[in-house]
Formats: sequence, structure tokens, C-alpha cells
Amino acid sequence: MSRAKGAIVGIGELKPQRLTSGVTTLEMIAEVSRLAVFDAGLEPGAIDGLLVGPQVGETPQHVPATIAEYLGLAPTMANVVDLGGASGAGMVWRAAAAIEAGMCETVLCVLANNREEAAPRSPNRNPIREFDVPFGASGANISYALLMQAHMAEHGSTAKDFALIAAAARANGQLNPDAIFYGKPADVEAVLASPIIASPLHLYEIVMPVAGGEAVVVTSAERVRSLRKPTVHLLGAGEKVTHRAVSQAPSLTSGPLKSAMARALAQSGTRADEMDLLSLYDCYTIMVATTIEDAGLCAPGQFGAWLRDHDLTHNGDKPLNTHGGQLGFGQPDLAGGMTHVVEAVRQLRGEAGERQIGKAALALVTGNGATMSEATALVLGAA
Amino acid sequence: MSVDLNALKAPGPTITALTQPFWDAVAQGRLKIQHCEDCGTAVFYPRPICPHCWGKRLVWKEASGQGQLKSFSQIHKPGHPAWLPAAPYVVGLVELAEGPTMLSFILPGERPPRVGDALQLAPTAIGGRVLPAFKSVETATEETPT
Repeated sequence: MSRAKGAIVGIGELKPQRLTSGVTTLEMIAEVSRLAVFDAGLEPGAIDGLLVGPQVGETPQHVPATIAEYLGLAPTMANVVDLGGASGAGMVWRAAAAIEAGMCETVLCVLANNREEAAPRSPNRNPIREFDVPFGASGANISYALLMQAHMAEHGSTAKDFALIAAAARANGQLNPDAIFYGKPADVEAVLASPIIASPLHLYEIVMPVAGGEAVVVTSAERVRSLRKPTVHLLGAGEKVTHRAVSQAPSLTSGPLKSAMARALAQSGTRADEMDLLSLYDCYTIMVATTIEDAGLCAPGQFGAWLRDHDLTHNGDKPLNTHGGQLGFGQPDLAGGMTHVVEAVRQLRGEAGERQIGKAALALVTGNGATMSEATALVLGAA
Repeated sequence: MSVDLNALKAPGPTITALTQPFWDAVAQGRLKIQHCEDCGTAVFYPRPICPHCWGKRLVWKEASGQGQLKSFSQIHKPGHPAWLPAAPYVVGLVELAEGPTMLSFILPGERPPRVGDALQLAPTAIGGRVLPAFKSVETATEETPT
């Protein structure tokens, strides 16, 4: 077994205080991160990996993205390590492993806690809670509506262009008896007739929250030979986290998936237009539109024309989300993103039954979190 | 939208010691944001270090209150039930003249908002407190000065 590699080049530490007063964990993370990175003699921009603990009191979810945005970082590997008192040591080998895997080069591993005499009753004191929620902007629908409106304004894309994505997902879902919208197709007209939730976003362009679960097992290339199922290899991976709040997004019409997909494709030596299956994260129609453009499948702003030029069904020239996508299948919370992995494996194994695609050698899988903030791309290949 | 915004039982900001100067200024109808004396960049939202260079010499400066609408949405189904009486209402992304972008409430104007609209700070009582809302400059110039 080869040993873990990597080197520790900077340290930071805050003087212990019995109590803090009005200080957030995020502020303390900023202070101690600065000490460690400057101790290493590095510029903040050198940090491309981020490992954080789960106990950032102000924010229960999207913790790495919240910290990355706060620190102005855009890491290509970001993760929470939740191992109690073993988290610090656990971060170090994970950092080295991520570097070895080619995901990043320099990792900030940071843990901090405040200690307030009267802890706030609401744990949610992050920048979104303070600077977005008071204006009536709660929830993801509004954030994606803002991204969609920006795309329309910049590129002249239309409501009908976006509706094509929802209609295609519903159509593919008709071949998946497990899909929440199985037996409930919706054409472009039906999508456009569904209520506006937050302009320009229609109800049918938004995933349906459902209960569910998804799992996969990953093993070594050596072990795989002794196992019974057709092998699906991880050929390339890329990740990028740029912000948490939509107001802090570096771009409203291109996301961190652009970089994540480029890295995954480069690692695997493949091109997006070679893929036999596009298994693209689709919480909202705008997410698919931006991903198609960020993948370079068409020029920026041209996703609508691209959709009209291609057949997205399992029989088509560009099968896209053959399980129905989350727009057709339903979104079992975080497991929703994993549906894109599971369907890709099913197709690459040739086990997709009635919706099996013809040639099934390569699949591009994307994952997206928060408001086009957290991005991971995988290239999977059949043996 | 004819609802009394100030009567909404909507959640207010979760102010901390670090962000207090921003909200103190807002309460007086002014907009103050941080500027980094090391790299010269304007910073929003407030932080203990500059997100560009991680310098600590951040000073509060009065912002012009001018901005441009980067995107907007008319909210028909609010994410928080306290906002239901106000729906439909408009939120937008405002690129401040100083550089940073903030999300804000866009007051109703003579016509529906358009991406690219020039905006002006319009402090507004919402949910029992003053918030830094914005309105289109076009609307502002059509109003009779008081």
C-alpha cells in the first residue's frame, strides 16, 4: 500500500477566550485562515482546496461554499470533515489525498468556534440570512429566477427555450416507472401554462421535492476484477466552488461547472461532444441551459437552438437525463444529485431496459449546489 | 402592491458587532460599505478581512447609493410566509457604483423593471425597520421633489 503524501507549510492559531462577544464563527475562521496562509508565505489566491468542520454556527448547510465566499476563495476541492475531535487530523490526510488525486494543490484546513454567553436561538446568522432574507428573498426559487432573468437579458433566450428542458425531462420520465411524473407528461405549452412562482420561473421548471435515497459503492481498479457487475470507471473529475449567495456570484450566466467540467474532461482525455449520455444536474431549467453552454456544447446563449437541433431521448443523438432528470424523477433532497450518477452507471452497464441508449461508453455527470455555487463534474466510462 | 410593507411580520437582519455600522447607517437612510486600504477594493457584505487580499485595514465609507440592476424577479410565491401579503413584489441584484453587488428590494416604478436600469438608494421601512431598498432613477426623476 502506498503511503499518504503531502506537506504542512503553514499554521494559524487564535488565542483561546473563555467567551466571545458578538463574534461569529465565520469571522474567527477568517482570522485564523489568514494567519495560516500568511505564515506559509502564500497569497490567498494560492488556496485551491478547502476543508472545514461542520460546526459553523451561523450556517447549517453549504458550509464550504459559505466560507469560500466569505474568504473570497474559489477552491477546486471543498468538503466538510465531520469526525468530532478527529476532524483536524482527518483533514490532513484528506488534503494530501485530494492533492494526489490531482483535484487541487494547496488546501486550507480550518476549524474555529465562537463561544457566546447567550447563544442566538436561530443558528442561521450567515450573510444570506442577514443581507438577503430581510428583503423578501428566501429560498432557491428566487435565486434561480434571478439567474434565468439575467440569461434572458444577456442572450435574448425565451421562456419557450427554457420550457423545452422541462418538457424533455417529463418526456424521458415516461419511460421510468419510478419517476414521480411517470404517467404525467407535460409539453412546452403545459410548462408555459403552469403558474409563475418567481418571474420568469414557472412551476414545472422547478423540481418536485420527494423522499428517496441513492447509493453507490466505489472500489479500487484492482478489486473491480473480482466483482460480478459490468465495470464503470471514473475517468475524470473536476470540482469548483465560487460563492454561496447569488448576489456574490462571479457571473450570472456561467457557473463553476464550466471549470469543473473542463477539468474532468481534461483528466479523462475526452470532449463533451463525445459523450453518449449527458446526465446533467437539473434542479431548474436554467441549470441545464447554463450547463450545456458551459460544457461548450454550444456557444453562450445558444442552448435553445442546440435543444431544437438535438433529440434528447434514449433513442436520440444526445440522450440527456434518460431517467427523467430530477425535473421528471423528483428531487429526493441531496440524493437528487446522485440520481444522475446512478442513471449513468445503469446506462453504461447496459441495464437501463426500455430506455437503454444505443452506444454507451462515455457519460458526463454533473452536480450542482446552492445557487450555481458548488459544482462537481465526473466523466464515467464503461470498461 | 398596496400593502403596508412596514406592517409585514418579516424577519429582519441578524446584526453582529461587525455589521452594526452598516445597519446603523441604514437606520439613518444612508449606505456605508467597507473599503480595503491595502488593495483599494470596495467590500460588501461586511467582513473582518478583505475577501480580495485578506488585508485587515477595512474602513467604512459612505456609498453613492447609485447602482445598476443586474437581474430581478417578481415574486409571486414568497419563500417566507410573512411576505405573502406583499406578493407580487420585486427583488433585484444591484451592482453598486463602487463595485460590489447586493440583493435588495426594488420599489414599484412607472414601468416594470428592466435589467440595466439605473437605480438609486431608497431607504424604506419594511417589517418595522429601515432597509436599503432601491428604486429606478427614471421613477425618481418623475417625482416631485419635497
